Amino acid sequence: MSAAQTDIRPDTAVRANPARDTWNVLTRELKPVVRDPFTLIFSLVQPLVFLGLFAPLLVGSSGQPVGETLQWFVPGVLVMIVLFGTGATGSNLQYEMMTGSHERTLVAPLARSSLLVGRALKEIAPIVVQALIIVLIAWPFGFTINVAGLVIGLALLAVFGIGLGSLSYTLALKTKDREWLFWGVQQTLIFPLLILSGMLLPLDEGPAWMQAVATVNPINWVVQAERALFAGDLGAMTVLWGWIAAVALAVVGLLVGIRAMRKSS
Amino acid sequence: MTNEPIIEARGLTKRFTVKKKTVEAVTDLTFQVARGELVAFLGPNGAGKSTSLRMLTTLIPPTSGTARVVGYDILRAPSDVRARIGYVGQLTSGSFSQRVRDELLSQGAFYGMSASAARTRADELIASLDLAPFATRSVQQLSGGQKRRLDIALGLMHAPPLIFLDEPSTGLDPQSRANLWQHIMDLRERYGTTVFLTTHYLEEADRYAERVMVMDKGRVIADDTAARLKANLAGDVLTFGFDSAADAERAVAVVATLTDREVRRDDAEVALTAPDGDELLPAAVRALDAAGIRVRRATGVPPTLDDVFLALTGRTLREAGEGEPTEEEETDAAADPTAAHTADAAAAVPAEKTGASR
Repeated sequence: MSAAQTDIRPDTAVRANPARDTWNVLTRELKPVVRDPFTLIFSLVQPLVFLGLFAPLLVGSSGQPVGETLQWFVPGVLVMIVLFGTGATGSNLQYEMMTGSHERTLVAPLARSSLLVGRALKEIAPIVVQALIIVLIAWPFGFTINVAGLVIGLALLAVFGIGLGSLSYTLALKTKDREWLFWGVQQTLIFPLLILSGMLLPLDEGPAWMQAVATVNPINWVVQAERALFAGDLGAMTVLWGWIAAVALAVVGLLVGIRAMRKSS
Repeated sequence: MTNEPIIEARGLTKRFTVKKKTVEAVTDLTFQVARGELVAFLGPNGAGKSTSLRMLTTLIPPTSGTARVVGYDILRAPSDVRARIGYVGQLTSGSFSQRVRDELLSQGAFYGMSASAARTRADELIASLDLAPFATRSVQQLSGGQKRRLDIALGLMHAPPLIFLDEPSTGLDPQSRANLWQHIMDLRERYGTTVFLTTHYLEEADRYAERVMVMDKGRVIADDTAARLKANLAGDVLTFGFDSAADAERAVAVVATLTDREVRRDDAEVALTAPDGDELLPAAVRALDAAGIRVRRATGVPPTLDDVFLALTGRTLREAGEGEPTEEEETDAAADPTAAHTADAAAAVPAEKTGASR
């Protein structure tokens, strides 16, 4: 057989390598964003709406100075972007599952985890840009930030996003081509999680049962950790709890996600 | 190494559970494919073709049995198999939001190609599959035929020694289909790739495949070249027309001396089905002339693979495909009421069940 002689035959003995595969999945996912950066503009709108339309109300009702309110509110907005971005990302996979695109990646020699992690990280990359813009906008209004805290905070958001994104993909893998089911479950879960994280309004004034539920909401811990980090309180216990919550979510998300991915064909 | 079959399936069986009922989509599939062959799985929708392909490409594990593909066991070393095969599924492989060339480059990276090797290879495939005019367009903007050519390019990106194509030409207009086949034949000639495909288009299997495996209800019921299948199982249909039924009656005896096949008479017509009909036809006309019987009309119709399928199963391919769910409907197997009570349909539903990919 003269097959090999006419052609470049690459190393066909390639093996699954989670780190390299994740990088390759991530760069593939980012290509449409790079090709059409305009898509990012719209994803900026939502946080800006909250910053422009919600923060003034918060300032008014709390009676606190603007700078202090933003100090409390901005970290929550960043967590919210991640919540909405990675929480909805399963629908992209659902779309790829309805075409043959997902199936093609399953036949490729890729580590199954990379198909989840690479995709979830793709939602994080624009968030870094969004975070910097939001921080810059809030700056003139008296919002200050600890640079080390911001960097660690973004890393924490990435871990949190991988966990949430993996769960979103799991939901997509389970609901298959039933988009209504995916969105139904997603919307049913995301708003209680959002409100019970104390991200938009403080929970201190809420009833005891709400506070009790909020203590087991990992997003609540991530929000509190972000606030401490942005304020420069890097060694706070809440930071540790935030990391524990995010890592736990990522581990659970990846475990169920990889299982669902293996069963998905 | 080169003498080892590139595919060696041993007792591959796949059972699915649909509504608590177990149905066998593929039963005891055992066959070998040598390097460089072009093999087609032919059968109606729901015959188990796609399920077989999905097992061979490691997408789903067999219930029992196993296979060696490009030298590796699909169960014990699935990633070794994946690294060495190309697969083009039934649906569009490219992500709609991605650009054509970007998808090819990503595919190269997935298979461990260096960036420069991937660029060279992508441009080569873009040229040979006529994708150049829309290489920077997004997949969404491509026509059906263009999408399919991209699918083929993606499957060939890492120059696999073996490529699986699941219904590569379904849904294409005749011209795009002919065009696609030209590409497949060209690439095969150039790279010596072993091609294993499924189709329910008879003409396609007939015209292009060197070897046809006829599949029905989860089993391979025939495996040979199209020409031999037709000669052995179907044969040409020869029809002779005469002036009167009496002439026809005399002709039966004359024609019967030339063949061991059954010669039938219907009024003033005589018909028979036989291999080598193209030789038998003039011989019969000469013999009838010599016997003083005037032949008014003589026709010889070569067989199609549909005749082969009819001879094997008693149904035509079209009949066999009717009333069974098409490949687009399968995922909702559990919700499909026809799946529950008709045995054939129930067998067909999971046969092509693709799980998450739909």
